[in-house]
Amino acid sequence: MKLIMAIIKPFKLDDVREALTPLGVQGLTVTEVKGFGRQKGQTEIYRGAEYHVSFLPKVKIEVVVGDDLADGVIEAIAKAANTGKIGDGKIFVLDVEQAMRIRTGETDAAAL
Amino acid sequence: MSRLRLSWGLTALLTGILAAAPAFADDAPPKLDSGDTAWMLASTALVLLMTIPGLALFYAGMVRKKNILATMMQSFTICCIVTIVWTVAGYSIAFTTGNAYMGDFSRILLHGIYDHMVKGNDTQAFVLASGVKDVADMATTIPETVYMMFQMTFAIITPALIAGAFADRMKFSAMCLFMALWSLLIYSPIAHWVWSPSGWASQAGILDFAGGTVVHINAGVAGLVCCLVLGKREGYGTINMAPYNLAYAVIGASLLWVGWFGFNAGSAVAANGRAGMAMTVTQIATAAAALGWMFAEWIVKGKPSVLGAASGAVAGLVAITPASGFVLPGGAIVIGVAAGVICFWSATSLKHMLGYDDSLDAFGVHGIGGMVGAILTGVFSYGPLSATDASPDGSPGGMAQVILQCEGVLSTIVYSGVGSFVLLMIVKMIVGLRVNEEEEREGLDIVLHGEQVF
Repeated sequence: MKLIMAIIKPFKLDDVREALTPLGVQGLTVTEVKGFGRQKGQTEIYRGAEYHVSFLPKVKIEVVVGDDLADGVIEAIAKAANTGKIGDGKIFVLDVEQAMRIRTGETDAAAL
Repeated sequence: MSRLRLSWGLTALLTGILAAAPAFADDAPPKLDSGDTAWMLASTALVLLMTIPGLALFYAGMVRKKNILATMMQSFTICCIVTIVWTVAGYSIAFTTGNAYMGDFSRILLHGIYDHMVKGNDTQAFVLASGVKDVADMATTIPETVYMMFQMTFAIITPALIAGAFADRMKFSAMCLFMALWSLLIYSPIAHWVWSPSGWASQAGILDFAGGTVVHINAGVAGLVCCLVLGKREGYGTINMAPYNLAYAVIGASLLWVGWFGFNAGSAVAANGRAGMAMTVTQIATAAAALGWMFAEWIVKGKPSVLGAASGAVAGLVAITPASGFVLPGGAIVIGVAAGVICFWSATSLKHMLGYDDSLDAFGVHGIGGMVGAILTGVFSYGPLSATDASPDGSPGGMAQVILQCEGVLSTIVYSGVGSFVLLMIVKMIVGLRVNEEEEREGLDIVLHGEQVF
């Protein structure tokens, strides 16, 4: 099993979800986050007072899938979240040791 | 008609007295007008709307999340404190006859305001400065209770405006004490100078229809003194002090705009043509100022900000205040554009150039905007519009009037500036002025009030 963690632009969330559903992804977790990368934030001006905002709002998606699905999911996210402009985000992939569905006690692949 | 110049030197003064004489020669009580009274009741409610929730939202929208409740609490509390101060002595000091500098104490606790009540009807309209030698009195057509309440709402908003200058850092106890003293000792006397026919500024012929000097310059200068005495906010210039919810500020500015029709058109103290013209020029100047600030910012900074447009509208409202009821639509456009552009400069450049931390630009918008309006009133005042029985030619604009206006502006700056400084020193000795560094960092909502927004 793999945990695929993607940081994307907030307005790309729906596109990503639509791209993942046909692949057989049964669920995912979404968190509103802030951060910075090469995009480096933006400048806001209020009545002449300038503030550099170094943390920009992003959305973090976490999805756990079986090894067989992982490459397809990564590719789908990368494609759906791409605008070609700076600030599109990143994808990280981690190994998952164990999974359990709390309601039934099913484990691993059956729990996904 | 309380805001009209009533005398013109000796000749006009005598004419005025003679003209006014027949009306009261037979001691007929001044007549009430139910239409005028209805409009003044409505205006009073509109002006209160400017402070709560108008100004409360406008200011709260510009502070950081941790200070939103404390900022709203300032407007709300000032509303309550000034109501009591005004009832106890403020009204008496401002609007009884007294001398040229302050009223007397005949209306302490509003004593006697109910003298002409018969079966729920006031049988006599309120007359300002009645029975004073050499001063033309001024008869209204509304009950004194209504006049007193209308003026109370002005007394409420003026100190509430000051709060923008010391946002985020003043102790609540210090704020309460300062505002009570300020209302009584600074606001009431200046209101008397300008709006009571027995006041020196009124007799000199200084024009201030709805409060350019009394309200805006007065509050703006007091604000400047406050932010200079209190010092800058912790981390000013280094940490991010971006407003948390500008939508509040836009709603607040819009409520101010609507309420201002009570402020300016209500200052005619009658439902008449002067009120109609005051309303007209208020709308025009406000729109012109919002556009003036917006385009200036667009050109200089590259983007027309929402806060800029809202601030411009407030600057226009401020600047047209002394002029409404005296000027025509053309003058209103010039006053509006001038206020929008000049206040844009004072709030975004002058402040940073001089290095004071007027947090929400009480001085930059109300002080500077008030001065622009007060002086331009002397330029654009239209004779027939400002004419009264006591001065049939009115006060046409011109160099002489501009000089008079400057005299009014300077007197207000000096009295308000020095007076506010002295009061701050007194408050500092009694309770201290500022929260400590740690409390300021924590935020006033939780530290002063034990609550948090959201």
